[in-house]
Amino acid sequence: MRFPRLQRQTLTLVAVIIPLLFLFIYVALRSGPLAPIAVTVSTVESRPIAPALAGMGTVQARFTYKIGPTVAGRVKRLDVHVGDTVKAGQVLGEMDAVDLDDRISAQQAAIKSSEATLRQAAAKEAFAQTQASRYEQLLSVRGTSEETVVTKRQELAVASAVLAASREDIVRLRAELEALRAQRGNLRLVAPVAGLVAVRDADPGTTVVAGQAVVEVIDTASLWVDTRFDQISAEGLATGRPAKIVLRSRRSQGVAGHVLRIEPRADAVTEETLAKIAFDAPPVPLPPLGELAEVTVQLGELPAAPTISNAAIRTVDGQRGVWTLVDGGLTFTPVVLGRSSLDGLVQVVKGLSVGEQVVLYSEKALSAKSRIHIVERLPGVTP
Amino acid sequence: MISLAGRDILHAWGKFIFTGIGLGLLIGVTLTMAGVYRGMVDDGKVLLDNSGANLWVVQKDTLGPYAESSSIPDDLWRSIRTLPGVAEAANVTYLTMQVGRGQKDVRVMVVGIAAGEPGTSGWPPQLVAGRQITRGHYEAVADIATGFRLGDEVNIRRNRYTVVGLTRRMVSSSGDPMVFIPLKDAQEAQFLKDNDAILMQRRRTEANRAFNRPAVPGLLDAVIASQTSNNSVNAVLVRIQPEYSPREVAEPIRRWKRLTVYDRAQMEEILVGKLIATSARQIAMFLVILAVVSAAIVAFIIYTLTMDKIREIAVLKLIGTRNRTIAGMILQQALVLGVIGFVVGKITATFAAPLFPKYVLLTPIDSILGFVAVLVICVLASIVAIRMALKVDPAEAIGG
Repeated sequence: MRFPRLQRQTLTLVAVIIPLLFLFIYVALRSGPLAPIAVTVSTVESRPIAPALAGMGTVQARFTYKIGPTVAGRVKRLDVHVGDTVKAGQVLGEMDAVDLDDRISAQQAAIKSSEATLRQAAAKEAFAQTQASRYEQLLSVRGTSEETVVTKRQELAVASAVLAASREDIVRLRAELEALRAQRGNLRLVAPVAGLVAVRDADPGTTVVAGQAVVEVIDTASLWVDTRFDQISAEGLATGRPAKIVLRSRRSQGVAGHVLRIEPRADAVTEETLAKIAFDAPPVPLPPLGELAEVTVQLGELPAAPTISNAAIRTVDGQRGVWTLVDGGLTFTPVVLGRSSLDGLVQVVKGLSVGEQVVLYSEKALSAKSRIHIVERLPGVTP
Repeated sequence: MISLAGRDILHAWGKFIFTGIGLGLLIGVTLTMAGVYRGMVDDGKVLLDNSGANLWVVQKDTLGPYAESSSIPDDLWRSIRTLPGVAEAANVTYLTMQVGRGQKDVRVMVVGIAAGEPGTSGWPPQLVAGRQITRGHYEAVADIATGFRLGDEVNIRRNRYTVVGLTRRMVSSSGDPMVFIPLKDAQEAQFLKDNDAILMQRRRTEANRAFNRPAVPGLLDAVIASQTSNNSVNAVLVRIQPEYSPREVAEPIRRWKRLTVYDRAQMEEILVGKLIATSARQIAMFLVILAVVSAAIVAFIIYTLTMDKIREIAVLKLIGTRNRTIAGMILQQALVLGVIGFVVGKITATFAAPLFPKYVLLTPIDSILGFVAVLVICVLASIVAIRMALKVDPAEAIGG
């Protein structure tokens, strides 16, 4: 009766010990440095890629009109406020005329007085004319002396000269009046183009110096994005390329635009290339000037070539390459990379051919002797 | 010949196994503690491995960029790049900060990586999902330990970054997971003040008569612009050409550029020897105490197991069993106990390791050393029990 009991004990003991041993062996081989490294593989495919460039910029107006007086003076009135839309030729405000109106009145009076003088001169000249012609006739019938006729002629010449002087005087006074009126007109601040009032620097009563801007008007049709591209990734940037502009305040929607020009001067300090990106149609509502925008410039689609994900690229001993799977073993293959797209695809110029298997993701750094374990998705990564 | 030890174990196997498991849990804790220490050292080493650099160029007389702060101009890499033996030089910034995602925030080390292509020094050497950064701004590659997922939007300072790739085991020397972002963004994150601070600074500058002169329009703007711009990075990572030695390349930089340069060995010395020295000693102290406690407990257990069957041993002696056989029985039992304990300990340590917030590295060499130590402790512990067993008087078997 002892024997079966002992066997049962032994069996139970074995039932405990054996799983423990298996667990131990599993643990020893499947964890720590002895465990195979989980990797995922991908196949080199031939596909066309559409490279694009990403840059950052701020919204700016291409044309900004700073409107102010041409002479020093005081602002009399200002009819527009920031945010108002204005038409071309619209009067935005006026400078104080001070004594200009009085001077115009004085000038007008002077013209009238001059006209009176002109009439007087004309009367005198007409009389001198009459006298002169009468004495001419008298002289022809010897009814007067030669000397009297000469006197009358001289009087006529003087009267004509006075008349001419009076006429010119009126012209001068009228011109002066025009000048005053022009100055008077110049005191009005007029919008040169249709646009939007962006800045109002002075209020009525403020004294401003000649040339100081009182109001700034921007041409809303000329908004562009002053964009900076990192030089290292600015290959292929060209005028006319379509671009997508995402304003910081409207992250969900992109606005269409295009590269208007690439600045001939780059930023040497920040190692960036500068470019101007114009909106295809002005965005509604208008973004504020200075707003940050993300710009993506689409470059032309490249012809199909062997393509890998940039996550497959590794650096081993200073060489850039990929781990290829050859007969289940790992081989490091140096590659020469071509252009890449923003979604992480890179064309391989040299080193790989279509259909080769490369390691895409790996848990840790690989070496040629690494034991690997190919999985669909690495542990811990949620789809 | 029958195995006395085996028969005895079978006789009370339940008690024996449970004692073994209890001992195993204790050994598991000890192994885990060793793993914690190894993990700390490994954190430092992977940090250096992942940077992909052979030399670290930092501000003169600092232990930067990991152990101390270091700040150097961001155009310095150009002059370093031209030195003989330099294959690649790349700017990098490191900043440990809280990064927000939704309501929560995580402590991470934000790494600013120089623009370029994957494989540039400082870039994550491999990913577990997603892709590397392709845009020059507002993209991030995050370590999986942050809890971020592909497509998540994370807030760093005032900007939002989209997570496009995930890494594993990319941590700082203190175990904080890394988040890689483009260098220009990182410079901003590191040196840009918050909006309120900028406004206050602007106001202060405006109030300063020296800068705000009515006769010099534009001066104020220039001063403010100069205050807000930043052209610094923390270090330049240098990869050297294979035919040069790190010393050869480092010497001219040290001498002529008047900067401090560290090679891999020196950097490891800084990280392991200086940065984590105190915490490592703390762990080591704890490990020693745990080992002593484990040894004492093993000794007690074997002693009690022997004392439990002191009457049976007396009987054995009475029937003329040789001392060697009795000693062998006790020793074998102690060794089996040790082996069960080690197996259980190794298993529990392995399954417990991933639950720790920081990395726990269980190396095979630690396991082997642990195994040997457990056996030695068992042998030593059984010596006391054997002495007790041999001294027992056979008369006790009948006397009681």
